[in-house]
Amino acid sequence: MEWIKKNDVIGKSILYLILIILSAAYIVPFLWLLSGSLKTTQELFATPPVFIPKKLQWNNYVLALTDFPFLLYLKNTLYIIIVNILGSVISSSLVAYGFSRIEWKGRDAIFLIVLMTMMLPFQVIMIPQFLLFQKFGWIGTFLPLMVPAFFGNAFYIFLLRQFFMGIPFEISQSAKIDGANEFQTFWHIIMPMAKPALTTVVIFTFLFRWNDFIGPLIFLNDNNLYTLSIGVQQIMSANDPRWTILMALGVVMTLPVLILFFLLQKYFIQGITFGALKE
Amino acid sequence: MKQSKRDIINGLLFISPWIIGFLLFTLYPILSSFYYSLTDYNAISTPNFIGLQNYVQLFKDDLFYTSLYNTLYMIVIGVTLIILTTLIIAIALNDKRLKNVSFFRVIFFIPTLVPTVILSILWIWLLQPDSGLVNTVLNFFHIPGPGWFASLTWSKPSFILMFIWAGGNYIIIFLAGLQDIPETLYEAVEIDGGTIWHKIWYITIPLLKPVILFNVITAVLNIFQSFAESFIITQGGPNNTTNFYALYLYQNAFLYHHMGYASAMAWIMLIITLGLTLLLLKTSNWGKVA
Repeated sequence: MEWIKKNDVIGKSILYLILIILSAAYIVPFLWLLSGSLKTTQELFATPPVFIPKKLQWNNYVLALTDFPFLLYLKNTLYIIIVNILGSVISSSLVAYGFSRIEWKGRDAIFLIVLMTMMLPFQVIMIPQFLLFQKFGWIGTFLPLMVPAFFGNAFYIFLLRQFFMGIPFEISQSAKIDGANEFQTFWHIIMPMAKPALTTVVIFTFLFRWNDFIGPLIFLNDNNLYTLSIGVQQIMSANDPRWTILMALGVVMTLPVLILFFLLQKYFIQGITFGALKE
Repeated sequence: MKQSKRDIINGLLFISPWIIGFLLFTLYPILSSFYYSLTDYNAISTPNFIGLQNYVQLFKDDLFYTSLYNTLYMIVIGVTLIILTTLIIAIALNDKRLKNVSFFRVIFFIPTLVPTVILSILWIWLLQPDSGLVNTVLNFFHIPGPGWFASLTWSKPSFILMFIWAGGNYIIIFLAGLQDIPETLYEAVEIDGGTIWHKIWYITIPLLKPVILFNVITAVLNIFQSFAESFIITQGGPNNTTNFYALYLYQNAFLYHHMGYASAMAWIMLIITLGLTLLLLKTSNWGKVA
């Protein structure tokens, strides 16, 4: 018995040691980004590297926000995000309602098509989409990055559908007995109950558009329309990129996502694990 | 009007945004890209029908094979390493002997939150041959560090390292799966005198199999379509060792304006991903819900 206990202590210590070493490896790149954003260019390129800058160069942040059209790109990014959130929430919840709260012939067969499109790589459809938007005269506008959001997104439809399925059907029945039609039931009864799932949709729409690189790269060939992702990449690929500013921009672009995560952890986890486990 | 008929009309009305979007932004692109794949088309003049020539050409194109090999390398070696690392971390985090693991859980997860562009810029710096952090640490242990992204042999492993670091999603999914395994099963192993390895081999792995499969398939799909990282960091270099399938497809379409040729690549990609999606539907929770 004594031996087992001792063995347990050793096992536990080894486990902790492994976790501490691994988590150090995971956290250090963050600190590296942060310290890089506060270095002078000489310190950034120094060998052996400087870990803590002699004098913290807060000016890098000032330059990142002023020398680089940060505010314009931020405005563009947020504009695209807000319109996308609006479109995704409205369209995906309507569609999910039709796939869950109304019983009709052929419903589940059609839903299978929704699932099939969920993992479709953008590369498969990007060329005809580009040619189509070119025909519409939409290249060089925000429209290609916004309009599709109003037609439902497979992942959000799936997520909301599962959530709607879990709401007791008696609630809809009593609403209908009180004279509510299908749309009123959707809008006044189901939507207010779906806030947790809708929050997940909002977060993932934000993350997707905040990150999106290939979309803006193909569709926005106008400097004034750039999002942060593409704007940052542009100054990186410039002849003489100012790396200290890029590090500062890196921190500035990562921070909002981190804050959002710490505030709304539960919804992040929900969205990530969704569909992976058997109920 | 009969209730069932009204339900069909209502149902179709509610899903009509998706129907329009699917036809316009998914089905039409898929079908027209098949047509484009049979043409010579530069996006400006009218498409010129050439039959299967693009496909024939693809199978004679050395760079196509290179990109296919690079992507396969990432899938076979990369996905294996990503899944192994994240699984080990998840199992360690799930150990009931540990208290307050939520701190570690957050640390392993947050790299996932770094935007792709910033992730790429950060890793360029971490893996700088001279002043990069990784080689500095290696030098400290008297290990000569390679040129990473600039090296012919280490360029792909560099991407794998980066993807492992940003693989927090897989950890979260593994953890959720692990939490579903009943504690009593582990206790039974303990009563029979089994070790931690018995627990992992006979309980954890078999019961976690569907979740492992889910993560493997999604990792394969993610790697297959990952584009921004190689576009930003290496542009396919050095010597095309990081010219992956998705990048080569983009280059053909938007750099060389070979829309027909790129469409042929897109169609091959479609068939592979459809196969993987069907596998996912068969094996995961997805298939059960429809």
